[in-house]
Amino acid sequence: MAKVIEGLFYSESHEWVKIEDGIATVGISDFAQKELGDVVYVDMPEIGATVTKGSEFGAVESVKAASDLYSPVSGTVLQVNQDLTDSPELLNQDPYTNWIIRLENVDNADLAGLMDAATYQNKFN
Amino acid sequence: MKYYDKLIFELSVPGRVGYSLPKNRFDKYSIDNLDKNLKRESELELPSVGELDAVRHYTNLSQMNFGVDTGFYPLGSCTMKYNPKINEEICSMPQFAALHPLQPAECAQGALEIYYNLAKSLAAISGLSEFTLNPFAGAHGELTGLMIMRQYHILRGDTKRTKVIVPDSAHGTNPASAAVAGLEIVEVKSTPGGTVSIEDLKPLLDDSIAGIMMTNPNTLGIFESEIPQIAQLVHAAGGLLYYDGANLNPMLGKCRPGDMGFDIMHINLHKSFSTPHGGGGPGCGPVGVRAGLEELLPAPHVRKDNNGKFHIESTDDSFGSISQYFGNFGVMLRAYTYILSLGKENIKYVGPLSVLNANYVKESLKDCYELPIEGVCKHEFVFDGLKDKSTGVTTLDVAKRLLDYGYHAPTIYFPLLFHQAIMIEPTETESKETLDAFINVMRLVAKEASENPEMVKSAPHNTPITRVDDLKAAKQPILKYRDF
Amino acid sequence: MYKYFPHTAANIQEMLAVVGSDTLDQLYCDVPEHIIYNKEYNLNEQMSEQEIRNYFNALAEKNQKLCCFAGAGAYDHYTPSVISYLTNRSEFQTAYTPYQPEISQGTLRYIFEFQSMICNLTGMDVANASMYDGATATAEAVMMMVASAKGGAKKVLVSATLNPLARRVVDTYAKFHGIELQTIKEQDGATSLQDMECLLAQGGVAGVILQQPNIYGIIEDYSGFADRIHNAKALLAMNVNPSALAVIKTPAELGADIVCGDGQSLGIPLTFGGPYVGFMACRKDLVRKMPGRIVGATTDTEGRRAFVLTLQAREQHIRRNKATSNICSNQSLMALWVTIYLSIMGKEGLKEVNDLSYCGAHYLFDSLMATGKFSKLFDKPFLNEFAVDYKGDAAKLQKFMIDNGILAGVRLKDIKADAGDSTLLFAVTEQRTKEEIDNFVGLINKAAL
Repeated sequence: MAKVIEGLFYSESHEWVKIEDGIATVGISDFAQKELGDVVYVDMPEIGATVTKGSEFGAVESVKAASDLYSPVSGTVLQVNQDLTDSPELLNQDPYTNWIIRLENVDNADLAGLMDAATYQNKFN
Repeated sequence: MKYYDKLIFELSVPGRVGYSLPKNRFDKYSIDNLDKNLKRESELELPSVGELDAVRHYTNLSQMNFGVDTGFYPLGSCTMKYNPKINEEICSMPQFAALHPLQPAECAQGALEIYYNLAKSLAAISGLSEFTLNPFAGAHGELTGLMIMRQYHILRGDTKRTKVIVPDSAHGTNPASAAVAGLEIVEVKSTPGGTVSIEDLKPLLDDSIAGIMMTNPNTLGIFESEIPQIAQLVHAAGGLLYYDGANLNPMLGKCRPGDMGFDIMHINLHKSFSTPHGGGGPGCGPVGVRAGLEELLPAPHVRKDNNGKFHIESTDDSFGSISQYFGNFGVMLRAYTYILSLGKENIKYVGPLSVLNANYVKESLKDCYELPIEGVCKHEFVFDGLKDKSTGVTTLDVAKRLLDYGYHAPTIYFPLLFHQAIMIEPTETESKETLDAFINVMRLVAKEASENPEMVKSAPHNTPITRVDDLKAAKQPILKYRDF
Repeated sequence: MYKYFPHTAANIQEMLAVVGSDTLDQLYCDVPEHIIYNKEYNLNEQMSEQEIRNYFNALAEKNQKLCCFAGAGAYDHYTPSVISYLTNRSEFQTAYTPYQPEISQGTLRYIFEFQSMICNLTGMDVANASMYDGATATAEAVMMMVASAKGGAKKVLVSATLNPLARRVVDTYAKFHGIELQTIKEQDGATSLQDMECLLAQGGVAGVILQQPNIYGIIEDYSGFADRIHNAKALLAMNVNPSALAVIKTPAELGADIVCGDGQSLGIPLTFGGPYVGFMACRKDLVRKMPGRIVGATTDTEGRRAFVLTLQAREQHIRRNKATSNICSNQSLMALWVTIYLSIMGKEGLKEVNDLSYCGAHYLFDSLMATGKFSKLFDKPFLNEFAVDYKGDAAKLQKFMIDNGILAGVRLKDIKADAGDSTLLFAVTEQRTKEEIDNFVGLINKAAL
């Protein structure tokens, strides 16, 4: 059963986002990492790059699959999770602690249209 | 097959040589005179081995390989038919090996005649007007064909046609080729029967559509019976039809893509025309067009004049070039030999016998394996895993267990429409005895899966190596000898 | 029936019974009748092996055997005898792509060796399992640079000294793929550093393509190029002759990020243009943007060393329209050809091949100059190929030489539009003896201007 965390917002393409103090933290859901299997590589954007809601910002690869990452909100890339460069398997171990990117210049209004935990959980019931 | 673990670098002994070259008779000249600033600095690390070392090494490597000459190779969508040996003899004739590609046409008339005649033969077989043989492979042919499609619209000033329709059952190369050619993909769904849904197709046909890519029979081995209607609809909407010739073999002798309504197609000479796959190439992917599109073909183009002389040309309307010279000429020699060998009286049996073989295997196994779509198939068919779903044995396990019995595995997990797809293509060159033996083993594996699933899940057991750690290979890539 | 169809009439009847069809025709009941082809193809009647041999022997006679002084991307190098013997082994030849590693270790291992050798020749970190030819490899390098460009740069600069036969393929791919190409001017037979700087300064450049040795056979001095390219946040891809890399600076030493080219010069016979083998190598951090197959080492469940196709998430069968390229095969058997060539020649042999070619080419150059019928075009170092101007009618000279059994180089204008009418490009390999060169020069002396 895929784990869903309260307090996060989820997209149809299985990314999660949390906005705190104007900074958005983005990762993939437990369902997404289970579907992919063992993650071997995470392609992340450059710091300073602009991403828009619904646009591609990177990709996650397993041995036999690859999945593009779509940003749930718009913003400017402030940080990328360097730990994933050497240890992409962290996404399998805990996809909620191990975020992928952090964005600044985000707008809370972008959360509209995303699912809360309960709605997202319902997709699997 | 036995396990042999050496790499050529591990046989290297400094000071040993495997070559002989003539003495340098150009006194007073030496490469040492080359400016130091232009010279290589780092050490060259090629192996130093004797001739016998190399011969034994590569012979040992070959013995860990399985080819069509080793045993039955029912790999779906790959048409692993017998590769006749006379083809190889003709291909290695020294008179062809010595021809420089920029040798003027007047002193390469024999080579140009072969190119021209093979192109004409393919046109006769496919019901199209003219072929280029320049593309190097099937995917390269697709790219060439899509460039022709775009060029057709561009020359008519119809530049908004930038989308191409591809069925969801298509070979993965179709969407990839379209993307390289700068076209956007629109996917059309298959019906439960496995064919293109006309109802889903109709609303897609607007004035942004450059054309549609189809393979017929499709990747499920099912003939798209509504193709005349599809052709009519696509043409009426201003689009062109592209035929992916990967599945041409069952059509040989029975049905021509040109007559189905296709405008452009490629042929895989390494499938239907018996040239060896070579462990992944070289192949050859000739592209043909219907009358009216000949001028769009890529350069260089071989033409014959009224005096029977052959010329190398390029036309003003050509979309460009996709190869440095004329493509894989050596592969053309093999395919042309095959066509000449068979002649018109035998080539017409290629399709029907391949279809007979496929249906025979399908009917003999459908009580043990899940057949998702009933009815007559063409050259290949798809099972959706074992009939007995309780064993936990997957398609991958079945494929691996077949290796133990001396068979190559079928194509697995393709097409994507079925989760446990097993795609089998026996080809016309296999005898009833070979097929019966394979059927027996497939039945035996199904029985083993029920009785001893763990043994099947850990297969293969009798191959030079067992299952490999894909994850390790992808996570800590070792891609050259120095990386160890 | 026929030698490639094992079915007896009885077999067909038994099999049709199992299938539930009365005739072979009935197996096509799903094909609309009006598109069934009931005629015989417009083809020849079947030929026996003897007839096939006679037919091809007659066609082979229609090609003229010429002593080759032509290059322009295809070179008449020596091929050790063991290569065709080994590559013709049917276990190599009749295998498919190595998707089942348990029964494909032969193919996988030689590809790994090939990748290792290409890496060592070029000095790069990783190489793929091979490409179609040098021209398509160059086009793929252009697409790879654009795909790797951060910030969406879609412009690629191409040196005017790139082989025009490769350039026209690059042009085709770029046109359809939406990539803008700009040509860096040449000056005295070499890429103009100044012009490249001007073009880089305009911005939006994803990468630059340079060739070594270039179309004139000149070994260009590329020092300083890579720094300027990298300062402009662009990548450098080099199209190189791999045989020459035994003696000249490697692309890695020149700061290249991607290397491509044709492996034909590594002992592959001319065969009217193919099959040859393209190759591609790059820096480690670009590997996920590299097209084509890649073989990696791993272990099997028993812990034994094993090889497997890896990093496949880049490829078309997984990524479909988002793949790095549509290429789904390689020129595997030709990669084996090159691998055996490099094993047999070793580093000493490859250096000797270059020395013999260098000496022969310089001897020919000096001898041609001594005839007084040629003038120098450039004063630049070359390896085994050079361009000179003939003082008479170059086309006539070539015709005269053909009548005497010699392929007197390539008339540059035939492949390079801006070349002079009388510019000829000559190549000399280790296969050209001193006697052949002397004979050639002797004929030049006799030729009417």
